[in-house]
Amino acid sequence: MKNRVIKVDYLARVEGEGALHVRIRDREVADVKLRIFEPPRLFEAFLRGRRFSEAPDITARICGICPVAYQMSSCHAMEDAFGVTVGGPLRELRRLLYCGEWIESHALHIYLLHAPDFLGYEDAIQMAKKHGPAVQRGLQLKKIGNDIVTLLGGREIHPINVRVGGFYRVPTKKELRPLVEPLKWARDAAAETVKLTAGLKFPDFEQDYEFVALRHPDEYPFNEGRLVSNKGLDIAIREFENYIAEQHVAHSNALHAIIKARGNYHVGPLARYSLNFDKLTPAAKAAARKAGLGPVCRNPFQSIIVRAVETLYACEEALRIIEAYEMPDQPAVPVEPRTSIGYGCTEAPRGILYHRYRLDPAGQILDARIVPPTAQNQKTIESDLRSFIPKRLSLPQDKLTWQCEQAIRNYDPCISCATHFLKLHIERE
Amino acid sequence: MAATRKPKLAVWKFASCDGCQLSLLDCEDALLAVAGAVEIANFPEASRAVVKGPYDVSLVEGSITTPHDAERIHQVRRASTVLITIGACATAGGIQALRNFKNIKELVPMVYATPAYIETLNKSTPIADHVFVDFELRGCPISKVQLVETLCALLNGRKPNTPTYSVCLECKRRGTVCVMVAHGTSCLGPVTQAGCGALCPAYQRGCYGCFGPKETPNTTALSVAWDRLGARDGDIMRAFRSFNAYAEPFRRESEAHEK
Repeated sequence: MKNRVIKVDYLARVEGEGALHVRIRDREVADVKLRIFEPPRLFEAFLRGRRFSEAPDITARICGICPVAYQMSSCHAMEDAFGVTVGGPLRELRRLLYCGEWIESHALHIYLLHAPDFLGYEDAIQMAKKHGPAVQRGLQLKKIGNDIVTLLGGREIHPINVRVGGFYRVPTKKELRPLVEPLKWARDAAAETVKLTAGLKFPDFEQDYEFVALRHPDEYPFNEGRLVSNKGLDIAIREFENYIAEQHVAHSNALHAIIKARGNYHVGPLARYSLNFDKLTPAAKAAARKAGLGPVCRNPFQSIIVRAVETLYACEEALRIIEAYEMPDQPAVPVEPRTSIGYGCTEAPRGILYHRYRLDPAGQILDARIVPPTAQNQKTIESDLRSFIPKRLSLPQDKLTWQCEQAIRNYDPCISCATHFLKLHIERE
Repeated sequence: MAATRKPKLAVWKFASCDGCQLSLLDCEDALLAVAGAVEIANFPEASRAVVKGPYDVSLVEGSITTPHDAERIHQVRRASTVLITIGACATAGGIQALRNFKNIKELVPMVYATPAYIETLNKSTPIADHVFVDFELRGCPISKVQLVETLCALLNGRKPNTPTYSVCLECKRRGTVCVMVAHGTSCLGPVTQAGCGALCPAYQRGCYGCFGPKETPNTTALSVAWDRLGARDGDIMRAFRSFNAYAEPFRRESEAHEK
């Protein structure tokens, strides 16, 4: 069998609709195409003419898995446009909300979407028959993440309480207290998750990535910082489009992002961790070291451990914020629209999410640009598969196909976001 | 549905954000119980295993925006005994139905460098415009309480208990002071179907219509009230033109305020 086609027509356990098409000729990978057939929804187009204040609720609808990320990036972009800084307890509450989304999203991916690949199950429900306590632990962790988002945001999907400048209503100190005991349980459960994931079998697959993530002088990044890479990128958020270009290719409804002159790059937990290891809490660092990770991790399959480490971090950070919280006098900082361009970039669970808006004097959006994390990882996913497949060509078709799917799921791809992405198709000619 | 075998449940996705089907996974406490009561036969977001149809219950998320999807929904209907649409995209066309008020040829180049690569329809339309729908669950996103209620009702052969009255009733029951009367905050609650638990007013903001129009909504009277609170036509038009923009009563009201 010299020539083969590997195809997955509808990639499962990812968010959204996509396919993979791989063509193999003379034991060489001739072509890899990650096809995103998620229908285009044209958000940037219909944001035109809407008011600045509507952007957080409208852009949240790009993704039901990470609406908080869209709300945060849009708020920061608008505040940048109006020259407003949100500090103190309001800034802390935003970090707390993001902790909730990271815990919920990471627990979903680790236990329900990715672990079944490592353990050889089609899904978490089948996995639950043999690994009941682990799946229960994952669901409980996820629930605690969702509980944070629900308390602060009103509901876990498309929260209603985020606005440009802050919130509509801020919680009292007493309202946050019931989160403390569950979060202490979650912190231990996250530490158990690091141990569990560290015990999985990983293929030997280190890649020389250009990692791109936010970096902040004082903290592990959520909402603010400079955009840095391990290959020399160090820019302010507003310089994003000077260094990163989006390409439109025929096979995908998602635009591909590249660093101009260098090519593809990698965003998400691996990038964040490798560029910000020093900013993790002592317990998160210790758990990572015990799991066998160094301060840099280049094996995308081990992203499942890194997600667990980040979950542990998020639980500790949430506890820190709740302990120190004092209710602010005002739920939001007042904003005054002006003719301007605003830039925002925050760390969604899957990596950096960039927003840019141009506004008229009344705060009406003239144009908008949104670059989601999965669009940025698309080319890196394709490049991973090009390196991954050649050594595994002797595998039977169904095994090879499943392993390719797993390699894609390393990125927790969110296709709903990127179209604004999976089917697997491996062709051996 | 025979008692001797578990009903087969399928989840289908069209143009959407995945949030409504995520609501099923978000039923953390009830998830394994639900999974025990039904056979999850097709749910790509959660499983790579696919059981062939026909299916007893199909949950359909998303709106129809491509020629391919306009065909695919008929296949889903043919394979399903009961078809339930979940969420504002499936029941009203969703936020992507904002294209219905504009010219698609002008919109696509605003996002994509090579519009020729993009295959999309002029309008984003609800599932019921294409096939018969047995039951609909509103919301952006749906309420997971209503989702579990609907699945329980189906499993037990009874009608799902989901109200068609307005958000106002939920506010009263929750004991929330009316934000419109007490604070002069514009609110879509009087014309919006209940189901969210009147969240926004409880967080001191006006309802923005996630669950779409209630039965027999008086949108004109609400616009007059908004006007008195100092809203401009642009505000009223935009308020009706969001996640349920193409639901008939909201569409008509937004068009009445178009310049």
